[in-house]
Amino acid sequence: MPLSLTIAVVAIPLFMFFFLGLAGVKMGRKLTGVLGVLGMLVTTVLAYGVALTYFFGDGPQVVDGVRKAVIVFNPDWLSFTDTLVARMGIALDPIAAMMLVVITTISMMVHLYSLGYMSDHHGHPEKGFQRFYADLALFTFSMLGLVVATNLFQIFIFFEMVGVSSYLLIGFYYHSPAAIHASKKAFIVTRLADLFFLLGIMILSFYTGTFDFFNQNGMVGMTDSMEAAQTAITSAGGATFMGCSVMAWALTFIFIGGAGKSAMYPLHIWLPDAMEGPTPVSALIHAATMVVAGVFLVARLFPLYVIEQGAMEVICVVGAFTAFYAAAIACVQSDIKRALAFSTISQIAFMMTSLAVSASQEGLIEIHHGYGLGYMASMFHLFTHAMFKALLFLCAGAIIHAVHSNENDDMHGLHKYMPITSIAFLIGCLAIAGIPPFAGFWSKDEILVACYEKGLGWGIWMSMVAGLTAFYMFRIYYLIFFWKEHKVHTEHRPADQVWTMTVPLIILGAISCVAGFVPMHDLVTWDGAALHTQLNWTVAGTSVAIACVGIALATVMYYKENALPAKMKNAFSGLWNAAYHRFYMDELYQFITHKVIFKAVCVPIAWFDRKFIDGFMNLLADATNQAAYGIRRLQSGSIQGYVYLYIMGALLIAVVSMVCVLI
Amino acid sequence: MEILNNILIYFVIVPVLTLGGLALCNNKGMNAIRAVAATGATVLVALALWLVCIFLQARGAGDTSEMILLSKVSWYAPLNIELALGVDGVSVVMILLSAFIVFAGVFASWKMNPLPKQFFLWFFLLSTGVFGFFISIDLFTMFMFYEVALIPMYLLIGVWGSGNKNYSAMKLTLMLMGGSAFLMLALIGIYMHSAPQGQPLTMNILQIAQNNAVPHDWQMYLFPMAFVGFGVLGAMFPFHTWSPDGHASAPTAVSMLHAGVLMKLGGYGCFRIAIYLMPFAANELGWIFLTLTGISIIYGAFSACVQTDLKYINAYSSVSHCGMVLFAILMFNQTAMTGAVLQMLSHGLMTALFFALIGMIYGRTHTRDIREMGGMMHIMPYLGVGYVIAGLASLGLPGLSGFAAEMTIFMGSFQHPDMFHRVFTIVGASSIVVTAVYILRVVGKLLFGEVQNEHHRELTDASWDERFSTAVLIVCVAIIGCFPNFFINIISDSFLPVVKALGNVVGM
Repeated sequence: MPLSLTIAVVAIPLFMFFFLGLAGVKMGRKLTGVLGVLGMLVTTVLAYGVALTYFFGDGPQVVDGVRKAVIVFNPDWLSFTDTLVARMGIALDPIAAMMLVVITTISMMVHLYSLGYMSDHHGHPEKGFQRFYADLALFTFSMLGLVVATNLFQIFIFFEMVGVSSYLLIGFYYHSPAAIHASKKAFIVTRLADLFFLLGIMILSFYTGTFDFFNQNGMVGMTDSMEAAQTAITSAGGATFMGCSVMAWALTFIFIGGAGKSAMYPLHIWLPDAMEGPTPVSALIHAATMVVAGVFLVARLFPLYVIEQGAMEVICVVGAFTAFYAAAIACVQSDIKRALAFSTISQIAFMMTSLAVSASQEGLIEIHHGYGLGYMASMFHLFTHAMFKALLFLCAGAIIHAVHSNENDDMHGLHKYMPITSIAFLIGCLAIAGIPPFAGFWSKDEILVACYEKGLGWGIWMSMVAGLTAFYMFRIYYLIFFWKEHKVHTEHRPADQVWTMTVPLIILGAISCVAGFVPMHDLVTWDGAALHTQLNWTVAGTSVAIACVGIALATVMYYKENALPAKMKNAFSGLWNAAYHRFYMDELYQFITHKVIFKAVCVPIAWFDRKFIDGFMNLLADATNQAAYGIRRLQSGSIQGYVYLYIMGALLIAVVSMVCVLI
Repeated sequence: MEILNNILIYFVIVPVLTLGGLALCNNKGMNAIRAVAATGATVLVALALWLVCIFLQARGAGDTSEMILLSKVSWYAPLNIELALGVDGVSVVMILLSAFIVFAGVFASWKMNPLPKQFFLWFFLLSTGVFGFFISIDLFTMFMFYEVALIPMYLLIGVWGSGNKNYSAMKLTLMLMGGSAFLMLALIGIYMHSAPQGQPLTMNILQIAQNNAVPHDWQMYLFPMAFVGFGVLGAMFPFHTWSPDGHASAPTAVSMLHAGVLMKLGGYGCFRIAIYLMPFAANELGWIFLTLTGISIIYGAFSACVQTDLKYINAYSSVSHCGMVLFAILMFNQTAMTGAVLQMLSHGLMTALFFALIGMIYGRTHTRDIREMGGMMHIMPYLGVGYVIAGLASLGLPGLSGFAAEMTIFMGSFQHPDMFHRVFTIVGASSIVVTAVYILRVVGKLLFGEVQNEHHRELTDASWDERFSTAVLIVCVAIIGCFPNFFINIISDSFLPVVKALGNVVGM
């Protein structure tokens, strides 16, 4: 299959967006849904074809056994100056090809799943079903455009596009105040991050004179892709700002842009709220694809980060902290979607940390075993995580659809009513906990190895978080499917959902079982060459043991109803409360935005404008008016007055002129 | 007459003919009035598109002269006043913008009541002034058309406006007239020094720029006058307060034309007269105005965050966006200045769209207070979607016009080597976050959520003329957003002479 078909992969969702958005209302719900799914199916088939051709075909992309980037097309879009041009192109390289597979797979599953999930809302036909499919297509288009971008500016453009699609989909239930609030929050927080991204782009493009990732000679390898930029960085090394080189600032700013989308602490606050959107959307956007855009961005600029250690240290610390922070919160949440959202944050932090430790070895541009491993592990985890986290979310959707609640108090004991969902969820839990042979084991193990290579401390920290992951996932699992018999269920009898919702669970469950065996270290490496790794048995053994401890602990505490969790909650009530309230980060933001920015900046400025500036203009007008009234009295209309003034004036002039003459 | 062979003159003749046609219409003959107005507006759009073709053809044929389609008729020889015409890329796109806004404005006032005939008479008189301003390159003629564009505003707001319309109309007119007073002084000053000692004085802009004879000490007085004169119209802080009241009281089509085109006269004049003719002072005093416009951007955005009247929100948003136009012009480099023109196009179309939609919503609900409205998306989905698109254009969604314009401005501004300019660029760029805040706030309150007022449930969605008017604008916004390079190619080279003149000054 020719690689130029990537254009169709990107174009079909865009077409579907316009088609379903404009004609959907006329077409009716069924037809819209089916067309949406079919369109996505074609896109998926094409994307698989392109990716397989890229990885396994022996086209022009393979040179001496190394996979190079292929630029399919790259027209100018916006010429800032003669040399600084933003282009809109399509480039394929290992990570782009991998992302095509991830995005289209998950999007396909979500399209299919939504046929069932979105057909009714608490028993009523869902309003805006057509709009939902149009927005899904828009999101898919934006995300695909992001990963095939040929330059930094294009990534920025599609960052904004995915942000808006996410806004539209989070706010899908636009009659609900919570959804409106959540969509607004998500957009504004990521916009703030994008501002930093923009600043980073401005600095970087100013010093390097280009946005492009790849040379314009058509095909170039990843290693020399940014040679020009690297040279520029080295030459701009003299330019510093507040003690750090401008490049470190630029790359840190760009990371902040990515951190906004990828929900790194402290910009993570929008993601849990984003769960107000329909669950399929959470699975697609807020678990599998959009939230990894930040990781993708850092991976894309990896050759730059490698030579700018300062920025990498920042990422490393932020990533490691976020992984723990989010995992700790996930342990106490009662809303299953929110718990899963914090789990997502934690897992993305794993990917970020992995990227960061990967670049932190000594020695600059030379290819080094250590570089490749963390990068590869991060991308590998991105791949597997997308599959099993989407699976978990879709299971959660099926459960929520069955019991009409997000709270695990309303669930309990669902195993016997929804066996397929239960097994699929269990597979997802095993995968995320890192139990062999499920997908997560393979990728997480590589990440831990990379962390141990950076330093023992980093490795231990991340292993601990991995243990925590196993604990909170099984806590959720038991609380949903076991714990106790819920009386309500005997009346309502929740059950596995319609086939459109069950089939995606089965497919994703199957993928989660086998995804770990994809030979990722041969396919997705930062320099395109195969990486020779082998399982590190020490690390693997330890991490599995830790995961098992986590699972065992969860089993003791949550498998059957008992008093232990309540006791623990009381014993550590301070800690429990803080974690339950997400360590009060939302309250802090609330304070800053409402009390400081709104009350202390916006309101005074508006007051100043009306009272002071406008008041000054009104004062001028009033003063003119008053002066006019004053002068008007002189025009009294009485002849005596005029004669009097005339004589006085004449006398005055006479006296003055006489005085002048005399002097 | 030879000048009649020049297409440019028809941009004045067509509105004048439309005026004549309207004058012949019966006061009550609504259909005849509509037909004449729509025909006039359509011919203007066709002319503008044709002008773009002519321009592209001339540039394609290798004509790199500063202005094309030059022609002139002596008007009053003792003062060297001429009717001198000529356009460069900037004027061409401004004419295109004006034509589309006038076109959309006619359809937005399709059901104008009362006194439709008189309304359209003033409306087209205003258009005459606008087009005349953009086609002339003679100081006096420009000023004359400028005044022709300003005066009808008083009547249009005073008679057809709403709310506190007398106050607003008076305020707007007086403030803009105050600006014109400064402007006139500046123009006379420039004229008195338009040629080296002993040579005949001239009003022709190209000639003045070529002579470059305005003494530096005079420039230091005249530049601020000219810049403030045009800056008042461009809603520069602290001379912007006419804008919120004026927009709030103006009828829909007038708001559209005012924000869409008239405010652009300010930016255009700042560049064409103040900076181009007085580069020395521009370079020396630019930082003062850069500070003011930088404040405009942020100040307007923050003020918009707390407003509750839809029109006030957009008026303050205009302060912020128009501030960005002047801000970019003052960066004195080609990229930023090109961005400024893109921003004028973008802001013109998107604000016109906003005001059109607000007018339509107001016509139904009879309130513009967002606290009294909600859930409009359920009731009027077409207008709701239109409003969301306008909002997304305003906050800079790629694919719509605002993004391309703002990015060109920021990228261009950051190329400036000076730290002061860069810091202000970052300050200006931070407005993209605040813009998102106030846009999403109003979208959330107005369109989403529960319906606040049960009576609103009976309201209808847009009629065909309203749909047509907004669809035209939405398509224009999308075209600029999707194909910015087409416009950049037209605009960009027009700034070479200015940038060169500024470069000479810095070199001294």
